[in-house]
Amino acid sequence: MALNWFKKLKTGLSKSASKVEGAIASITGKKTIDQETLYDIEDQLILADLGVEVSGRIAKKIKDQKFELNKNKGIEKTQIAKTLAEEIEQILLPREQNLYEKVNSKPHVLLLAGVNGSGKTTTAAKIAEKFRLEKKSVVLAASDTFRAAAVEQLKTWGKRVGARVVSGEEGGDSAAVAFRAFELAKKEDIDIVIIDTAGRLQNKKDLMEELTKTCRVVSKLDHDAPHQKVVVLDGTVGQNAHSQLKSFDESIGLTGMIITKLDGSAKGGVVVSLAEKFEIPIHAVGVGEGLDDLQIFEASSFSRALAGLD
Amino acid sequence: MFENLTNKLGNVFKGLTKRGALSESDVENALKEVRTALLEADVALSVVREFIDKVKVRAVGEEVLRSVTPGQQVIKIVNDVLIEVLGSSESELLIDHAPPAVILLVGLQGSGKTTTAGKLAFHLKSKKRKKVMLASLDIYRPAAREQLRILGEQAEVLVLPEIDGESPEKITKRAMAASKVQAIDVLILDTAGRTTLDTAMMSEAKEVFKLSKPSETLLVADSMTGQDAVQTAKAFSELIKISGVVLTRSDGDARGGAALSMRSVTGCPIKFVGVSEKLDGLEPFYPDRAAGRILDMGDVVSLVEKAAETIAEEDAAQMMKRMSQGSFDMNDMLKQIGQLKKMGGLGGIMSMLPGIGKLQKQMAANNFNDKAISKQEAIIYSMTKKERVNVSLLNASRRKRIASGSGTAVSDVNRLVKQQQDMARMMKKMGKMGGLGGLKNMMSSLEGASPNPGLGDGQNSVMDANKMAELQKMMGGNMPNLGNMANRFGGMGLPGLGGKPSKKRR
Repeated sequence: MALNWFKKLKTGLSKSASKVEGAIASITGKKTIDQETLYDIEDQLILADLGVEVSGRIAKKIKDQKFELNKNKGIEKTQIAKTLAEEIEQILLPREQNLYEKVNSKPHVLLLAGVNGSGKTTTAAKIAEKFRLEKKSVVLAASDTFRAAAVEQLKTWGKRVGARVVSGEEGGDSAAVAFRAFELAKKEDIDIVIIDTAGRLQNKKDLMEELTKTCRVVSKLDHDAPHQKVVVLDGTVGQNAHSQLKSFDESIGLTGMIITKLDGSAKGGVVVSLAEKFEIPIHAVGVGEGLDDLQIFEASSFSRALAGLD
Repeated sequence: MFENLTNKLGNVFKGLTKRGALSESDVENALKEVRTALLEADVALSVVREFIDKVKVRAVGEEVLRSVTPGQQVIKIVNDVLIEVLGSSESELLIDHAPPAVILLVGLQGSGKTTTAGKLAFHLKSKKRKKVMLASLDIYRPAAREQLRILGEQAEVLVLPEIDGESPEKITKRAMAASKVQAIDVLILDTAGRTTLDTAMMSEAKEVFKLSKPSETLLVADSMTGQDAVQTAKAFSELIKISGVVLTRSDGDARGGAALSMRSVTGCPIKFVGVSEKLDGLEPFYPDRAAGRILDMGDVVSLVEKAAETIAEEDAAQMMKRMSQGSFDMNDMLKQIGQLKKMGGLGGIMSMLPGIGKLQKQMAANNFNDKAISKQEAIIYSMTKKERVNVSLLNASRRKRIASGSGTAVSDVNRLVKQQQDMARMMKKMGKMGGLGGLKNMMSSLEGASPNPGLGDGQNSVMDANKMAELQKMMGGNMPNLGNMANRFGGMGLPGLGGKPSKKRR
C-alpha cells in the first residue's frame, strides 16, 4: 500500500521532479557550484512553484553544502538531489498529519472549504470512501446550494460510496443543510458528517461570512463542531495559494489542508512555501480521479518525489 | 485581478520616478524587482525572462537615460512591452462562417469550462443575437451534463439532450447533426476536464477536435494557476490548435500572472475573462486596458463603456436638463446611486480609474464602501416624497425620524443632506457653463481627457496632467485637491463619495 501510493505520487509529481532533476543535472559533474548554476537551481525551483523566497534560500543552502567529489572530481547528482530532498523535508515534516487520526468524537464533523473548482466534492467522496472501508457510517451534507447540479454531483458520489446525502433546495441556506445533516447523524447514530461547501473566492467577503456562519450554526449542536475544518487547494495553483490559505484560516480557523490534482503536470511545490509560512497541517494529497486516489501526506515521500529520487 | 502586481510595480516605479537622472544600474535594480514581482504574481519564468530582456534592451538606450523624465520613460517602456506580451489588440470570436460554427472548450479539471460554456452561450445569445446550442461531452464527472443543462436553461438556449452510454465522439456527431437540423448559428461543446499527462483523454480531445472542426478552440484556464499554466497551455496547443484563451476567476485576488503567460506561450489571444459566478460574468479581454490596470493607469475606456451600457440615453438627457437648471434633489441622487450600483458598485468603478490603488486602501480605512452607499440609499428611501424634492423641509424632528427609519444616525442624515446640497450647488455652476451634466457626459469628458492613458504621447504617460487640470476647471474649480479622488468623484456627480469628511475642502 505504502509503496503503491508512493508510485502514484511519483508519477503525479514526475513533471515537477523532472524540472528539479533538470536543475540538478546542470550542476552534476561540476566541481563547485558557481553563481550561474545557483541561479539555474533557483529558477528551476521557482518553476516548481516553490516561490521566489523559498527557492532562493534552498538554492543557497545547496551552494553552502560541501559535497564530496567523485572519482572524476565532480559533484554527484544523487547527492544534490538528496540534499534538496532533505531541505524540503525539513520544511514539510512539522506539517505532516494524518487526516483520519483526528477522528475522536461521534458524530465527527468534517467541513471542506475552498475556491471554486479546487476539487471539494470529489475529495468529499474520497474521504467518505475511506471511512466506508473502515466500516464507519457517513452522511454527506450538500452545502453547495449555489452551483448548478452541485447537489446531483454529490448525490451520484453518495450512491457510489454508500453514504446518505442531505441536501436543500437550490439557492437555499447552506448552513441549514449542514445543520440538518449533523442533526440526522446525531439522531441515527452516524459516525461521520462531511460538509461539502460551495466554492468561493477568498476575496469575496460576503461568501466568506457565509462560511463562518455555517461553522457557527453547526457548533450549536456541538460546541467543538466542525471538528475538522479543511481547505482544499488545487495543486495547479501558484502563489495565490498563500492568499487562499490565509483568508480561509482567518474566516473559519483551519485545522488542515488537502492538496488535489497532483496527477497532472502541476508541481505542487507551493506546498513547501505554505508549510513554511503557515502552521496548518497538511493532511492528504489527491493524485487521481479514482476513489482511492486520496493519499495521506508523507513529508519524506513527497520531498523525495519532488527532488526526483526513487 | 491585478491589484497586487500593481502595488508591487508601483513601488518599484516610485523609486524610479523620484530621481532626476537614472544610471544603468538603477534600471538594472528596478528590473530585478520587477522580475520578483512578476514571479510572485505567477508569471511563467520563461515569459518573465523574455519580458525583462525586452524592457532592458529598450530602457538602457541613451535616449531614455538622458531624457528629462527617465522614470516615466521606463514606465512607458514597461507598459508597451506589457501590451505586447498580452497581445496588442482585442480579437473577436470567429463564428461568422457557415453555421453551425463550433466552439470547443478544453482545459484542466475545475478550470471552469462548464460555467464558461453557459456564460458564452448567454453572451452570444444576448449580445450577438446568435442561435446557440450547448452540448456536454463530459461523460465522466458526475452531474456535469446536468450542470450544463441547468445553465442552458438559465441562459435560455438549446441544450443537446443526454443519451446515456454515448461516447464523446458520438455525442459530437449527434450535436453537429442536431445543430444543422435546427439551424443553429453556434454550437458550444463543453468537454471533460483532463490533465495533459493523461494520454487517453488527450487523444479523445484530439478526436473530438477532428470531428467538429471548431472555428474556435478555447483553452479555459484558471487565473490562479501557477507556473504550470505554461505546461498546460503548451501541451494543449501542441495537440490541438488552440485559437484563444478564456481566463476564469479573474475576480479573485490572483495577481494575473497567468494572463501574462498564456498569450506569450500559446501565441493565442485571451478572448474573455470570467468575472463572477453569474451568467453574465464574462467580459471581453482588452490587452491595452489590462496593461493600464497593471500599471495603475486605470481603464477609463472600460468605465465609459460600462456607463454607456448601463445608463439609458433618455435618463442621462433628462438628468442633464435638471442639472442645468440647478435642480438636483434627492430623487436625482437616488437615481445616481442606482446607476453606480448597476455599474458594479464602487469597487467595480474604482478598479478602472487611474492612480486608485492607494485611495482604495484609504477608503477601506474610512469604512467607505458599497455598504456606505446602500446606507445612503436607505436614508433617502426613508424620506417622504415631499422631502425628497424639497430638502429644506428637513427639520430636526424629521431628520430624527429618517434616521430611525433607515437605521442610521442623525449625523449620517446630516452628512447626506450636506452632500446633496454641495452637489446641487456644483451642478448649478456646471449648468451655467452649459452642456456638461449627467454622469454619461461627464464620463465622456473624462474619456476625452485620457482615452488611453500611457499610450498617447510618450512624454507624459501616466495621465495627461493638462487635461486633468482642464477638467478640474470645468468642474467649477471646486476641487482643491485633485489627488483626492473622493472629492473628484463628488464633483463629478457620483453620489456617496463627497460625504467623506475632508479637511482639505474649502
